[in-house]
Amino acid sequence: MKRTALDQMALKVSGLYKSFEGINVLSGVNFTVNRGEVVALLGDNGAGKSTLVQCLAGLTQPDQGKIQVGQIERTLCTPSASYQAGIAVVHQDLALVQGLSVVENLFLNREILHQHSVLRLLGWLDKKAMARKAKKLLQRLGMPLNNINAPLNTLSGGQKQAVAIIRAVYAGAEIIVMDEPTAALGAEQCARLVTLIRLLSSQGIAIILISHNLQQVDTLCDRAVILFQGQSVADVAIDEVSQAQLLGYMNGIELDIAQAS
Amino acid sequence: MLSKLNRQTFIYYAFTSAMLVFMLSLSGSAFFTTTNLLNILLQTAPIAVMAIGLSFALSVGYIDLSIGAIVALCGMAAALLLPLYGLPVAVVFALSLGVCVGAINGYLCERFALPPLIVTLGTLGVLTGFARQLSDLQSIPIIDTQFIILFSHGRVLGMPSFLLWLAGLVMIAALILTQTRFGRHLFAVGVDASIAHRMGLNVSRVRIIAMSLCGGFCAFSGLLYAARMQSAKYTIGESDLMVAIAAVIIGGCSLLGGKVNIFAVVLGVWLLGSINNALIFSGFSSNEQMMVKGGILIMAVAITSRAQKS
Repeated sequence: MKRTALDQMALKVSGLYKSFEGINVLSGVNFTVNRGEVVALLGDNGAGKSTLVQCLAGLTQPDQGKIQVGQIERTLCTPSASYQAGIAVVHQDLALVQGLSVVENLFLNREILHQHSVLRLLGWLDKKAMARKAKKLLQRLGMPLNNINAPLNTLSGGQKQAVAIIRAVYAGAEIIVMDEPTAALGAEQCARLVTLIRLLSSQGIAIILISHNLQQVDTLCDRAVILFQGQSVADVAIDEVSQAQLLGYMNGIELDIAQAS
Repeated sequence: MLSKLNRQTFIYYAFTSAMLVFMLSLSGSAFFTTTNLLNILLQTAPIAVMAIGLSFALSVGYIDLSIGAIVALCGMAAALLLPLYGLPVAVVFALSLGVCVGAINGYLCERFALPPLIVTLGTLGVLTGFARQLSDLQSIPIIDTQFIILFSHGRVLGMPSFLLWLAGLVMIAALILTQTRFGRHLFAVGVDASIAHRMGLNVSRVRIIAMSLCGGFCAFSGLLYAARMQSAKYTIGESDLMVAIAAVIIGGCSLLGGKVNIFAVVLGVWLLGSINNALIFSGFSSNEQMMVKGGILIMAVAITSRAQKS
């Protein structure tokens, strides 16, 4: 699809190393993601995907290596630092608060405060503004919900997923990392998610998709970065490889070919 | 989703049936006189303020066992400072002291990842010992009439001042919980701290502020206590921990955090106060009253946890 000019680069990860108790979990991860691109992050269990996601989410710090967002190098020491850098991670368990409503979840930690300066100082919420904004966001992304004040646990899996993604969009994220977004979804909800992802990427948001579903990767993604034993062993355009080849990379079989390219 | 409704109706039933029993057994006695009901309100006001403070700790899934000791220490601090530096200094100092103790509790829990149960148990020991030493086991009299009028016996439009303070504090607490950003953060941390962390909240900060608020409210409770008794002693607040915890649970707060309804908590305090008052009328000794209160605490927890499961 869109090929890369340097200013189009949304995220650059270079030379990432991380070890836990002497065991190397990441040992040299390099890849870039461009604006509006959907990149699959593939790898077998234990390849280092979750650790990489944790690094991007600000939940753990790499021992070595650089994470560059846009043109700026970032240290992601907390989840909020990660949000501020423009990276939003939609975790597999979604990381939403069950007892709170849809609006409350969307705006948690980024609440809209009252206009009045004194009330603002007290942290007074502007609930009406948040409701308006929430409706607008949901509409813009084609996910109208009847009741935005419904508690989160009354929502379906797909709706929760949408809330988590919209939360990321509202945070102004330029890069959204989705960890196994379709694992818990039915076919229809999956289709809706695909539409949503396409919509986001058309708006210039870079998306990193972690998935086991190669079929889906094939239809949805522009490129795939494959991790094997903590290393990024291949970075391929989806159009140019078969699913069998992708599987080969993930199992380390086609390692030599990848390095040659 | 079900549990919320069920639990609340369950507690409501328990509450009304308990009240009904009282109506039946006490009607015609001196229980339902204005003087007695006002007396119950007067006696429970400091405990209600303590329970509100405790609700903040519970909302983030913490507990504070040192609330009674904070009440005693802050009441004594005010009593000691009143004759020396006057009312404003005494009040401000006592309140700041409570906030500081709460903040230290919270900081210790967060910095060293200690369970609040243990930390606040330790603080309870330290503060009680300190209060005993400070007062030499004597009660410190308060003769400052301004202080007594302000926090206890004064009247505005016929309303006793302690009741106005209580109403004001209930409103403040309820507004913090429902209308402010901090209230939302309290709930989020209480429901699931790890998710709150991943959503970018500074969990430790929220918890420390919650514990500080708890300390601040308890300090206020100490002022109300001292004004009511016109003296401060190291024992005030000592026996109220149990009642405060029971009231908070009857009020529907989850011990695991996340759910707090301030009005229900105050209602719980009043219910327990009424039971206590009724026990006195029925001729129970203070020892027996304590036993009943302990039983009520256990029952309250049993009812809430049952209702939570159903």
